[in-house]
Amino acid sequence: MTRACLAALASHWRRNPLQSFAFLVGLALATALWSGVQAINAEARASYDAAVATLGDGQFDQILPRAGDRIAQQDFVTLRRAGWLVSPIIEGRLDGVRLLGFDPLSSPARFGVEGMAEAGDPDSFLSQGQLYATAETAQALGDGVTVLVEDTITPGIAVGDVGAVQQLLRRGDLSRLLVQPDQPLRRPALEDLAPHLRLQSASQSADVGELTESFHLNLTAFGLLSFAVGLFIVYSTIGLAFEQRRGMVRTLRALGVPLPHLITLMVAEVVALALVGAGIGVVLGYVIAALLLPDVAGTLRGLYGAEMAGTLQFRVSWWGSGMAIAVLGALAAAGGRLWQIARMPLLASARPRAWAMTLGNAQLVQGVGALGLLLCAGALAVWGSGLVAGFALLGCFLIGAALALPLLVRPVLALAEGTAKSPVARWFWADTRQQLPGLSLALMALLLAISANIGVATMVSSFRLTFVAFLDQRLAPELYVEAETAGQAAAIEAAAPRLGATALPLLVRDTQVAGQPTRLFGVRVGPTYRENWQFLAATPSAWDQVAAGTAAVANEQLARRAGLWIGDLVEVAPDRMLPLAAIVADYGNPRGQLVIGEALFQSLHPEVSARQFGLRTDDAATLRRALSDEVGIADSAITDQVALKAFSMSVFDRTFTVTAALNVLTLAVAGFAMLMCLLTLADLRVPQLAPVWALGLTRRRIGQLEVIRALVFAGVVCLFALPVGLGLAWVLLAIINVEAFGWRLPMYLFPADYARLGAYAILAAGTAAAWPAIRLMRVPPNALLKVFAHEH
Amino acid sequence: MTQADPALFLCGVQKTFAGADGPVRVLGGVDLTLAPGETLALTGESGSGKSTLLHIAGGLEVADAGTVRVAGHDLTGLSDSDRAVVRCRDVAVIFQQFNLIPSLNVADNIAFQARLAGRADMVLIGDLAARLGLSDQMRKYPEALSGGQQQRVAIARAIAARPQVLLADEPTGNLDESTAVQVLDQLLTLVADTGAALLLVTHSPTIAARMGRRLHLSRGVLA
Repeated sequence: MTRACLAALASHWRRNPLQSFAFLVGLALATALWSGVQAINAEARASYDAAVATLGDGQFDQILPRAGDRIAQQDFVTLRRAGWLVSPIIEGRLDGVRLLGFDPLSSPARFGVEGMAEAGDPDSFLSQGQLYATAETAQALGDGVTVLVEDTITPGIAVGDVGAVQQLLRRGDLSRLLVQPDQPLRRPALEDLAPHLRLQSASQSADVGELTESFHLNLTAFGLLSFAVGLFIVYSTIGLAFEQRRGMVRTLRALGVPLPHLITLMVAEVVALALVGAGIGVVLGYVIAALLLPDVAGTLRGLYGAEMAGTLQFRVSWWGSGMAIAVLGALAAAGGRLWQIARMPLLASARPRAWAMTLGNAQLVQGVGALGLLLCAGALAVWGSGLVAGFALLGCFLIGAALALPLLVRPVLALAEGTAKSPVARWFWADTRQQLPGLSLALMALLLAISANIGVATMVSSFRLTFVAFLDQRLAPELYVEAETAGQAAAIEAAAPRLGATALPLLVRDTQVAGQPTRLFGVRVGPTYRENWQFLAATPSAWDQVAAGTAAVANEQLARRAGLWIGDLVEVAPDRMLPLAAIVADYGNPRGQLVIGEALFQSLHPEVSARQFGLRTDDAATLRRALSDEVGIADSAITDQVALKAFSMSVFDRTFTVTAALNVLTLAVAGFAMLMCLLTLADLRVPQLAPVWALGLTRRRIGQLEVIRALVFAGVVCLFALPVGLGLAWVLLAIINVEAFGWRLPMYLFPADYARLGAYAILAAGTAAAWPAIRLMRVPPNALLKVFAHEH
Repeated sequence: MTQADPALFLCGVQKTFAGADGPVRVLGGVDLTLAPGETLALTGESGSGKSTLLHIAGGLEVADAGTVRVAGHDLTGLSDSDRAVVRCRDVAVIFQQFNLIPSLNVADNIAFQARLAGRADMVLIGDLAARLGLSDQMRKYPEALSGGQQQRVAIARAIAARPQVLLADEPTGNLDESTAVQVLDQLLTLVADTGAALLLVTHSPTIAARMGRRLHLSRGVLA
């Protein structure tokens, strides 16, 4: 019985290849975008973990050379003898592989060499003199080196004992020294022991995983949106397939197939098809992820300094989740139809109810659902907090708007029908209204895709405008210099007036303000600050108060996290409270910052001297040369404002390459949804169009009207997508960004971009409608006549 | 079922449906017995309850009261799934609207119920197809067949399942007169060959006259 039933069920898909194609491709596209994004996220996270384990970045203070990239072995010996608990590191390249040597006895980090722990004794690590690396890296090193495979090490890096690596690199010196967390209280200053070395604090590098989390969350949200759009195709296809099989279901039951058995087989059928679609999707997802990976890696490197492996691994975490979500999505899409079948009386009419006319009570449910979701979105906007609540708001708002779409389009079409004069026009609008239920899923998918495009484009463009303005105001000094010593700092300040420049020293100290880790800055208030810094909110004489030491300026991140605003008091030092005179925007920086006057800073922290300077000058190139030649500043310690701006903008543009690509893919999926819907509906259209043809409308004219109908639908969807997209942009700018990064961006409108996007959407809809319309134009007259012959 | 058991036994069968103006009694205590190999025509006006009686006999519908025994199985109190199993193994229904599976070709449609029952006999199926003039149509799909051909496929499907009870609901209702006669001849010949009991619902006195026995149903009561 099972075999015969399965054969009958499968025969439907075989006889309706277009439906099978729509189902599989819909699910494949949905899974592809979702699993592609998950693959990227999984690869990035694995890279962060490996990097933390291998490089120990951000975990320990380090001693680095002031010039060049090497430290003499003697310096290490000197520091150890003086009481500094430091551990040597050597780095270099061999056959294109980065070699990293460390001393397992003194190193506070293990550099991802888990094998050392398993051996239980670092002596074996020392004596064997071999390297540890991934299989791929080991292959690159060739046969001359003994390599043990260790998958926890970052790809492209081989780790070994410092002595062994020195031998391989034919070097007798070191690259850097790791400083152990616990150091003797009394030890000579580094400057006195080795003035050519400098200490870099671990706090200068933040937790990469934490920093990038919001980026990955954004990608995940996009993946989910694309999945939802793809699932619309699946839902629509399953709906049609099940509707067309009502007769078959009745016959199977009448011939003796028990209902539970039939339902079980139909579930198995959906799962089997879903697995095939998801399998194709996972492969496509791999391709998409591999194509996007270089841009994502570039973004993460530029934005967060996070390194990411350049090759993609087939990890079970992402392809497994892709398969699972595809099967669950397909079952969810089929659930309603299976429920209908389970409740369908055996002798119910086998005549397929006009699939496009199955709304009835569903319309009411849809309306209530839409209203509920939109109310939920409103409640989350007012009372929600946290990133998850932000994304929940986004989901409620988008799905609520999509559900509301058919209910809002209906009166628009009724209005058009009411104003139509000619009989053909009246029929056209009435028929368009009749098609709405059948096309509503495709239209909802289109609405989601266009809204997402409008919303994200508005956010990115607003961000770009704001970022450019922000760079202009914050990067006002023409040169930035970092002094290595207090003497050098004094020399810079002394030389600046002589070289025709104004020095703006920046005093820095990490502290806690209002319970938040904060970087406290002491600035010399002058025209540069007064003229360039634009506040989000400020008292009229904010800079005067800061200069007088009677107020402070907080960046937006600190203000929002600590719940502070103008006039609120903050404790800048024990027993020293200051009111906030201004809040300043600070894009691209995850930390809280507080700015006070130079004099106040010096009185509170006399031990801190300025090491960073902004220099205002009319001739940056000459000043740069003079600083190198006359003051002895290393060229690498001087940063040019123009180069800094260009670099920042290139990082910015690259950041949104991935977003733009996902945007285009989502729109493409929505276009495909429209095409599939129109194609599958085309067969149902013949009986509806035959009477009109019989009454005198040519097949060509009917085909043209079909295309016009698709254009009308796309146009109406675009009109509705505009407010939804702008709402989405507002949520992204005012809620998601604030939660994810701690800053709120102003929202700008870009009507030309919206018009262009609308034109693309209408063009896509017209293209999607062309194929089914051409098919309709070519329907032979006898097929149209059959419609009448079958009537009893 | 033993040789002495009737193929179909209905006793005091009642059925009431909810109507717009209150409950409508369709069957008011029907008693009917059909012996193996017997052919019986059930006639009556539209709405007299003929189809309902046929559906109850086939386990497609459940009686409100009374006993229904088909091929030795008492359907009273059986679950939907258990009734489906009886229907699959011992009963075959020929519908007025054919109810073929549109995505299966003629050969698969004919073999379908026999496969469900686990007793598909391809020789028998080939023979049936030949006798019903369907041998050239076996690879075609139902949409490509005429009404008469579709009805023949439905008859072949029912016979191929080798049921003990064959229920036919206006099997020639959609056919022209000459085709109807032809199809009926073939049906009766096949039934005689297999020894199945046939309960046939019809409006036509001509068709009813061809059956071994005739009963008239009027307002839910057999006359």
